[in-house]
Amino acid sequence: MTAPPPDDCLARNDWICGDYLSTRRQILLDAVAQHIQLTVISVALGLLIAVPLALLARRRRWTVGPVLGITTVIYTIPSLAMFSLLLPFYGLSATLVVVGLALYSLTLLVRNLLAGLDGVPAEAKEAARGMGYGPLRQLLTVELPLAVPAAMAGLRIATVSAVALTTVGAIVGYGGLGNLIYAGMNAFFKAQVLTASVLCVIIAVVLDLLLLGAERLLTPWRRASRQARPRGRAVAGVKRLVAAPGRRT
Amino acid sequence: MNTLSAVWTWLTTGANWAGENGVWHRLEQHVVLTFACLVISALIALPIALTLGHLGRGGALAVNLANVGRAVPTFAVLVLLLLTPIGRYGQWPTIIALVLFAIPPLLTNAYVGMREVDQDVVRAARGMGMTGMQLVWRVEVPLAFPLVLTGIRIAAVQLVATATLAALVGGGGLGRIITAGFNLASTPQVVAGAVLVAVFALLMEAAFELAQRCAPGWARGRAG
Repeated sequence: MTAPPPDDCLARNDWICGDYLSTRRQILLDAVAQHIQLTVISVALGLLIAVPLALLARRRRWTVGPVLGITTVIYTIPSLAMFSLLLPFYGLSATLVVVGLALYSLTLLVRNLLAGLDGVPAEAKEAARGMGYGPLRQLLTVELPLAVPAAMAGLRIATVSAVALTTVGAIVGYGGLGNLIYAGMNAFFKAQVLTASVLCVIIAVVLDLLLLGAERLLTPWRRASRQARPRGRAVAGVKRLVAAPGRRT
Repeated sequence: MNTLSAVWTWLTTGANWAGENGVWHRLEQHVVLTFACLVISALIALPIALTLGHLGRGGALAVNLANVGRAVPTFAVLVLLLLTPIGRYGQWPTIIALVLFAIPPLLTNAYVGMREVDQDVVRAARGMGMTGMQLVWRVEVPLAFPLVLTGIRIAAVQLVATATLAALVGGGGLGRIITAGFNLASTPQVVAGAVLVAVFALLMEAAFELAQRCAPGWARGRAG
């Protein structure tokens, strides 16, 4: 005689299951850690390449067209295809996922950095020159700080998109929480799929809020003007969204 | 270089293009899925966006929808829908997921397009005695058209990408060539499938680019 199956939420395959959280705690924590690691490393790598690229495009204006063209092409390629195209170079590895995600982040960051640098008022640059600032000092102390809001908007979109896209890395076995979603799909394990999905959204929201906080700290001068002109802000919000590209899937 | 020639061999082998799992059939599925979902999502999103834009209400909803949606992984939604009772109805989980993700760009761009119509023009049209409906169809929609078109373009390119992911949850389309390649541990097939998907996505983008360039001036607006 076999014992009757236990009547708990795992056996019933409920969507929400406390037992799942307590029994799979370590698996969940490992997946969250991998997810955050893949996201942060890839966005950091994208930023590391995007800044010099944007500065180069600024110096040599003729490079702007090709840079924007290539980034548009990269951004158009679907994620599953992107990871697959990288397969011959990196095999089934975490590097493959990081490189793929970094390429997407790169495109978002370059565009926003260029928009930010182009948006620096000519008066600010003339004032800096008039005060005897050299090109490097002007870049570091005037242009880059004034480009921070646009750059941070790009960084936030890139980070949130990367968190969502990391799940697709499950196809090569490195998808963080995506691995749990993939395995949960094959096993029809509802609690695992829902828990992992919710954790993905939580990670994205937390990272977005952290970056928002960093932006506030980096641009103290904007807080005062924000309170002074609440109406202008709403319009700016709409404008910024039009400039934001579609999501990548 | 070895992989490259193997990919070329895969792509030039006639057997890989024919039959149930062949490229032509998968391409057909991909095209049908993309356009069906584009039409459905446009039918849902555009009337809402044009109405809200005309009335000048619901701006926060229309503008924030895209940002909020970005945090939700498409793959997660596809799997979640598959595991709900909807999952028993063949293609429906895929179609619903695709439509859900295509709505925000359509809604946001069309709404912003309607709101950015020069208010002087709107007042002039009212002064000429136009009714609400005449104002919408003869003034606001034509002026908002470039941004509406931009929204359709973003949604279409994104649908191509999302339809690829549908292969992970057992849907059809070109993505199936990639997933089958992974199951067979065949790198040439994976890369060949990826090339096909990438080319399809780029062609979609290029088609809209071309259409917007060739369109008459009023349809291009600032977007072109």
